[in-house]
Amino acid sequence: MKNEECKMKKTEINLPLAVDVAKALRIGDEVELNGYVYTGRDQACARMFEMLQGGEKLPIELEGQLIYFVGPSPAKPGEVVGSAGPTTSGRMNPFLPKFLGLGLRGFIGKGYLSQEVKDALVKHGGVYFGAIGGTGALLSECIESVEVIAFPELLSEAIHRMKFKRFPAVVLNDASGGDLYAQAMKSEQTTENP
Amino acid sequence: MKTIRFDQIRDAIAGLCQRANFELTADMRAALQAGVERETSPLAQNTLKRILQNADIAKERSLPMCQDTGLVIVFVDVGQDVHIEGGTLRDAINEGVRHGYKEGFLRASVTGDPIQRKNTGDNTPAVLHTEIVPGDALRLQLLAKGGGCENMSRFKMLTPADGRDGIVNFVVETAKLAGPNACPPIVVGVGIGGSFEYSAVLAKKSLLRKIGERSALQHVAELEADILKKVNESGIGPQGYGGKTTSLAVQIEVAACHVASLPVSVNIECHAHRHQEVTL
Ligand code: SF4
Repeated sequence: MKNEECKMKKTEINLPLAVDVAKALRIGDEVELNGYVYTGRDQACARMFEMLQGGEKLPIELEGQLIYFVGPSPAKPGEVVGSAGPTTSGRMNPFLPKFLGLGLRGFIGKGYLSQEVKDALVKHGGVYFGAIGGTGALLSECIESVEVIAFPELLSEAIHRMKFKRFPAVVLNDASGGDLYAQAMKSEQTTENP
Repeated sequence: MKTIRFDQIRDAIAGLCQRANFELTADMRAALQAGVERETSPLAQNTLKRILQNADIAKERSLPMCQDTGLVIVFVDVGQDVHIEGGTLRDAINEGVRHGYKEGFLRASVTGDPIQRKNTGDNTPAVLHTEIVPGDALRLQLLAKGGGCENMSRFKMLTPADGRDGIVNFVVETAKLAGPNACPPIVVGVGIGGSFEYSAVLAKKSLLRKIGERSALQHVAELEADILKKVNESGIGPQGYGGKTTSLAVQIEVAACHVASLPVSVNIECHAHRHQEVTL
């Protein structure tokens, strides 16, 4: 990261996210994530869900991990990854309570979650991190490595393991029930038109 | 009569696809910068700064600013004295999209059939809106439209009795429902009047306008300002994290309509507002 941004005070967090660190996070906290996450979005999450329904073993261990909802643009030759910002989390709503029940520590995305998912976060001590939608170029610079782990036929939607270095995120839902989006909507603003 | 070749159109479109995805326009940058100055919370300011920083990186590295590189929509003004040689306009545009996306390492995000949902692999076909105009020029205005914000767009057939207040309420409600899903700060494109389908085309077309450029019609410009103020009072803010900058602009196009109708379409656009144009 190139300008004064990187000098802004941020809490660096090492992954996997420890239970007590997760519990201490509060909505609105700006953090930087270091370490490994799994990627997955619509198709990968749906498949894992089906495998669980069918009693099959998952290709990844969810316990203690974070899933980043992302489907990057193609990497240019010699580059680690293309543009890689978050996609809308709400499409994964049906699968997330089950994943959280299996120990998933949280996920990174953007947009609203269903009430069931928010309840599951509180119940299991999980965290919802927001990455800034539409900043895939910037976020790609915080990804040091990418490897395919499962479902390679899903191409950019396959499950990958990504290594983050100071990946910027904001706590949207915390383990004690805080909800940043809901708080924002309640804080009506007075504005002058630009 | 002017002759424009197939490959000229193809190459122009390929270039526009890439430029739109790599370079945020100066008007958008200025509007985001104004947001940084307007906001008081560090989180809202930092969020807008990151968006601007992202635009710098995208341009510098020829990387798409967002991984959702969009569905291509092209508004074409075809001068009636133009002759296109070497193939059809539609094929030239789709060839351009194919080349632009492949060579620019842009993500293919188009499903060939909306029900069977198989990716076409090259981001074609584009959506085309053509209009025959006087003269011998071909004007191509291209939008690369993201899915997250497009999904939050809405249409409503209001009644004439709903009037101005009805319009304001519907547009503000739509922006609030979009919330964080549309990656705010958003641009709100509105089409009022025309017919069922034409209002939606107008809403899309309004997005081609420069940010900050108000409608030339006084009463419409006032409506734009009133709606913008209300949307920004919602508290949603950049990315829905809270703040004053939920929307950068409300842009309204109007058209004559039936005495019994008041169609209103709202097309939501995200801060990765990608549009470029060229005239051949
Ligand atoms: S809504 Fe726009 S900025 Fe957000 S992910 Fe989609 S295309 Fe990107």
